[in-house]
Amino acid sequence: MATGTTSIEVAAPTGVDDPGPGVARPGRRPRLMFLRNPKALVGIAILAVFAVLAVLGPWIAPYDPNQVSRDLLQAPSGAHWLGTDHTGRDILSQLIVGTRGVLVVGLVAGVAATALGVVVGVTAGFVGGAGDETLSAVSNVFLVIPQLPLIIIIAAQLPSAGGITVALVIGVTGWAWGARVLRAQTLSLRRRDFVEAARATGERTWRIVLAEVLPNLTAIIAAGFVGTVIFAVLSQVTLAFIGITPVSEWNWGTILFWAQNNLALQRGAWWWFVPAGLCIALLGMALTLINFGIDELVNPRLRSTGMHARTLRRRGIRPRVGFTPVVRAGRPAVETSEEER
Amino acid sequence: MTGPVLEIRDLRVDYGFGDDPTHVLRGVDLTLHRGEVLGLAGESGCGKSTLAYAATRLLPPPGLITGGEVWLTDREGNRNDILGLTDAQLRAARWRDVAIVFQGAMSSLNPVFRIGRQLTDGIRAHRPGLSARDLEARAAELLEMVGISADRLRAYPHQLSGGMRQRVMIAMALALEPQVLLMDEPTTALDVVMQRQILEQIMELRDRLGFSVVLITHDVSLLVEVADRIAIMYAGEIVEEATAADVYRRPRHPYAHGLLGSFPPLHGPRRELAGIPGSPPDLQRLAAGCPFAPRCPHAMDVCQQVRPVLGPPRTGEARRVACHLHGADLPGDVAFPAELAR
Repeated sequence: MATGTTSIEVAAPTGVDDPGPGVARPGRRPRLMFLRNPKALVGIAILAVFAVLAVLGPWIAPYDPNQVSRDLLQAPSGAHWLGTDHTGRDILSQLIVGTRGVLVVGLVAGVAATALGVVVGVTAGFVGGAGDETLSAVSNVFLVIPQLPLIIIIAAQLPSAGGITVALVIGVTGWAWGARVLRAQTLSLRRRDFVEAARATGERTWRIVLAEVLPNLTAIIAAGFVGTVIFAVLSQVTLAFIGITPVSEWNWGTILFWAQNNLALQRGAWWWFVPAGLCIALLGMALTLINFGIDELVNPRLRSTGMHARTLRRRGIRPRVGFTPVVRAGRPAVETSEEER
Repeated sequence: MTGPVLEIRDLRVDYGFGDDPTHVLRGVDLTLHRGEVLGLAGESGCGKSTLAYAATRLLPPPGLITGGEVWLTDREGNRNDILGLTDAQLRAARWRDVAIVFQGAMSSLNPVFRIGRQLTDGIRAHRPGLSARDLEARAAELLEMVGISADRLRAYPHQLSGGMRQRVMIAMALALEPQVLLMDEPTTALDVVMQRQILEQIMELRDRLGFSVVLITHDVSLLVEVADRIAIMYAGEIVEEATAADVYRRPRHPYAHGLLGSFPPLHGPRRELAGIPGSPPDLQRLAAGCPFAPRCPHAMDVCQQVRPVLGPPRTGEARRVACHLHGADLPGDVAFPAELAR
């Protein structure tokens, strides 16, 4: 953008005409910015619904998910909102009870992988030299490990490979991509003037990393976290689907496992596999929407742009680079477009 | 022809669309005559570049034009308000009628294309009928015009020096023989020798091709040399506008006087250099009166309350100044500062 050089030339506030503490300073960041972003709000709402299901699942599920009944393979009805499976078990209950396993594995794996990735990536990027080489070599090795086969092998070896084990395996094998991205970004940040200045004033390394470098990485870390959570959920569902993890432990993949093994598709029992698939998609969407919100929140430039875009939409103005909108006071926006004349 | 080619009337620009936008331009009036070099000076953040970009509607978001008119007289003598043009008309008028040399001209060239191609791009867009040979010939002609030999057409930007790249940018701006050339600090990144060469070249081209120039810079000494008229901006307003010689020898506004006192004269007696105390005002919190009043050595009571309007001084000279000292109703008990009355 050639016109990018016209940055906002607002003069620095002078100390002389400070309005004092009682006057509201213009341009202050409004509270609860995050909640003003409709994308993030939708994401949080969906995630909150799943979180409530995860916590209260066993109590609010209408049936015991393992309880067999005489209603074999029933389509959705008043008694069974999402129908029943081949042994008459209630699918809605399986879905609700299974939510906890999915969310726990996703979050544990996400936190573990992100923490490892941040520690390895930022350290490698910041220390440089032999330490960087070693850590980079390690992350390169982890990068080429085929994750899913490894998880299958480990899960098959451990007799009681429950959700947490799977989560930890995903976390331990899934951090390398994030570490690489963070290392690259840290390398570029390390040479910036504000980091050099912090170094020159004698700041300790950990403080430079925490206070100067990490805030610049927030968006990448958040994106990595969300990506890992989605990947962990998919891995776990896959493992359950192919029957590696115990089929008695309910999660959305277990439902799909039973549906697949009992030819749900061929029998036309759509209520058996569609809801679980939709839940996976919804969870992924919610996390992605939250990621957009985080992006806007941590990037000051996107933040104001997003706010402005919303204000403009309300006033019916379309901001475009190269065609500055003309809005005369007291008159509606003049949208000069080709169709007009 | 000496009529106005670009008339800016009461142009207002806000940054930010929310509840309290920053008023960056607050009613700017400016007229550019045919063949004239108009200098626009002022300190950083006073709205010089914003004025140029707003007048061409190139201001990126969150810029918003909230009022005013920009009348452009094209070659046939038709007057059009740029702010009312449709997208297609605006695209057609740009480059053909108004061209801009940007602030960061050094990095405006695309490093992966030969400059010949970049020169012909715009011509091709505006005159689709031209043959490849004609385009090439025109590009060569343009390069020669700015003093680069035509065999450099096949050079990549990195093979040219900073000054040459700047000349290419100027050649590019002149490709469609615009009537108005807006130059936003075209020589800031160059050394003084190159600065002079390039500006002399522009002036020579101006004499030859007859376009008008708006030259934006904070280098007032440069403007004094090359501009016909100078407009001094402060806090989003024009505070003084007069011929270059008048501004240099007889500044009327205290701010203009301060600006001129801040660089050494090359000729004449040595004098004390003086800065302007204080710093530019916060455009989000401007007081009611004159925006320069807090820094002005001659501020009076009226300056704190009433915003001065840009108009001819009491003496009736052919210039405009926005200062109560030069207003018609100056209180009799105020000692008129001698340095503003030369």
